[in-house]
Amino acid sequence: MATVLFDEATRHYPKTPTPAVDKVTLEIPDGEFLVLVGPSGCGKSTTLRMLAGLEPIDGGRILIDGHDQAGVRPRDRDIAMVFQSYALYPNMSAFENMAFALRNAKVAKPEVEQRVREAAKILELEDLLTKKPGQMSGGQRQRVAMGRAIVRQPKVFCMDEPLSNLDAKLRVSTRSQIAQLQRRLGVTTVYVTHDQVEAMTMGHRVAVLKDGRLQQVDTPANLYDRPVNTFVASFIGSPAITMTRSAVREGEVTVHGLPVALDRATLSTASGDVVVGFRPEAWEVVGAGRPGIDVRVELVESLGSEAFVHGEPERVVDDATVALGSERITFKVIGKTDLDVGDTVRVAPIAQHAHVFDAESGARLS
Amino acid sequence: MSAIARLSRTNGRAGMPSAESGIQGRGPVGKAFGYAAMVLVLLIIAVPLFWIVVTSFKRQENIYVRPAEYLPIPFHPENYSEVTSRIPFSAYFRNSVIITFFTASIKIVLGVLSAYALSLLRFPGRNLLFVVILAALMVPNQITVISNFALVAQLGWRNTFQGIIIPLCGTAFGTFLMRNQFLSLPHEIIEAARMDGAGPLKLLWRVVMPLSWPTLVAFSLITVVNEWNEYLWPFLMSDDARTAPLQVGLTFLQNNDGVTNWGPVMAGTVLTILPVLLLFLVLQRQMIKGLTSGAVKS
Ligand SMILES: Nc1ncnc2c1ncn2[C@@H]1O[C@H](COP(=O)(O)OP(=O)(O)OP(=O)(O)O)[C@@H](O)[C@H]1O
Ligand SMILES: [Mg+2]
Repeated sequence: MATVLFDEATRHYPKTPTPAVDKVTLEIPDGEFLVLVGPSGCGKSTTLRMLAGLEPIDGGRILIDGHDQAGVRPRDRDIAMVFQSYALYPNMSAFENMAFALRNAKVAKPEVEQRVREAAKILELEDLLTKKPGQMSGGQRQRVAMGRAIVRQPKVFCMDEPLSNLDAKLRVSTRSQIAQLQRRLGVTTVYVTHDQVEAMTMGHRVAVLKDGRLQQVDTPANLYDRPVNTFVASFIGSPAITMTRSAVREGEVTVHGLPVALDRATLSTASGDVVVGFRPEAWEVVGAGRPGIDVRVELVESLGSEAFVHGEPERVVDDATVALGSERITFKVIGKTDLDVGDTVRVAPIAQHAHVFDAESGARLS
Repeated sequence: MSAIARLSRTNGRAGMPSAESGIQGRGPVGKAFGYAAMVLVLLIIAVPLFWIVVTSFKRQENIYVRPAEYLPIPFHPENYSEVTSRIPFSAYFRNSVIITFFTASIKIVLGVLSAYALSLLRFPGRNLLFVVILAALMVPNQITVISNFALVAQLGWRNTFQGIIIPLCGTAFGTFLMRNQFLSLPHEIIEAARMDGAGPLKLLWRVVMPLSWPTLVAFSLITVVNEWNEYLWPFLMSDDARTAPLQVGLTFLQNNDGVTNWGPVMAGTVLTILPVLLLFLVLQRQMIKGLTSGAVKS
């Protein structure tokens, strides 16, 4: 049981131009499951390794239970880590792998036995205890790696993409197992992933990292509903949000040629152009007679109960509209759809669902 | 020679294809060259060996004849009993075992421990120290032999085991080889062990060494063979059966009478080769076994 505090923690690898982790400030209350997400190379692993004591800290502090961890060795931090590669000891059986830390800590033999058996039971590893990692499947190794962490009953769990090497089906079941296990044990957990779904479903809160800087820490719902900047808006949510840059004229923005009236108070805080984003569910299909954007369908992802339609807006000659990145619009259709690739459909955004950002800074306006 | 060939194959996990797969992967011309090279190497090693064995069974008058006789007819195994009667063979053998055992053990322990410190323990000036050790031990034996001799003689260590053993114990090869091995281990395993509270010695003994077994066996074997075959230094240090090893003893066999009878000398040579050969056969399977499988996801 422990609280973790990153206080402007910085890691600057030698001979690199920018810090890998740049003044990250983050408070993790006792028992929280915090998910750390971000694109590849954004410093997730480094952040985790700094907490575990495997990486030195070049600036700021990291506190566990209010104690500065500067100079505390990894073995003295009482943190258990699940590595992306599992890092099991290949010469030891599953039992020995799990018991290794306890034996090092001079835990009495019967207690070692009992704690390992208990962990094995939770993780359904009982039949594997005598096997060596080389004789196990990926999913079994993953569970042994988890077991090795939980037998220690540490203050903090650190998990670095523990599911990334499992196949899709196993990942789904293990995902909920890990989340449940964490709720049950109540151990403060920092979980690194770059998987959208893991981020949105597993944690109490999600921290989004980009280029070593913390963008936003919030509950999954808030992250989705109120992203603080364009990066978080486009990173969180799958399929991604559709964003367009537009000038502001009399309380209106132009989205692919279509004037959309937005909240004047919000728009008045804009210094220049804005970026307007609509999530897939913030579009509706409208009849040909109503104002909207004609979209030529390029891809239909049908999930049965709903479908995501990706399409390119038909060219509009309007200086005020510049699409961001790919000029695609993605919208959601409830139920079955008879839209097909090559069809043209008219859609319109729902104004009150708009996310509005400053075009220069990318920050949310509201 | 073959020990080194084998060694490079054990380390070949990093990408060097083994001899067989390399040959199979090429076109017919490449294959032909590959096999030709293999045959050539085989001949260079095998012909002298064959000649040693054959000669060891020949009578003296059948050794220097033209045309050369390729088979020992008449068969003359008495050369072997002559070796043991003309020199105190068992004493030399014992000395060889003692010298090889202690020198190789010390070298292996030093090699492993220094490599461990230079690869997995963090301290300032680590890389500089590594370079210094390498440089110091890269100086050829022949250059230091005179000053070593003077020093050891001054200590009164001539014809003693410590006089032979201690100056032979420096090892750069082992440090270098084992350091590379340790550095090639998945560092996450080592970090995991550190987080699991393993101290430096436990880390070495329970995690690092089991993962490095094939390389350690190869290193040990090469060291044992080298120490067994060590000639110059023991020859300078000892001149009688109290401390001289087999390699030196064989020279006494050679010089005992005016015209060397090569039959017994070759018989002695065969007897000297045998223990190392046996060791090789026993250990070679250990070297090939890959022990890292299952440690990390590939
Ligand atoms: N040992 C190192 N030396 C120098 N630079 C490093 C080192 N390790 C990581 N980096 C750099 O630091 C940055 C952050 O790396 P990190 O491994 O934390 O990324 P990550 O978010 O975990 O990425 P991924 O999702 O690919 O695992 C990267 O730009 C990387 O190139
Ligand atoms: Mg990473």
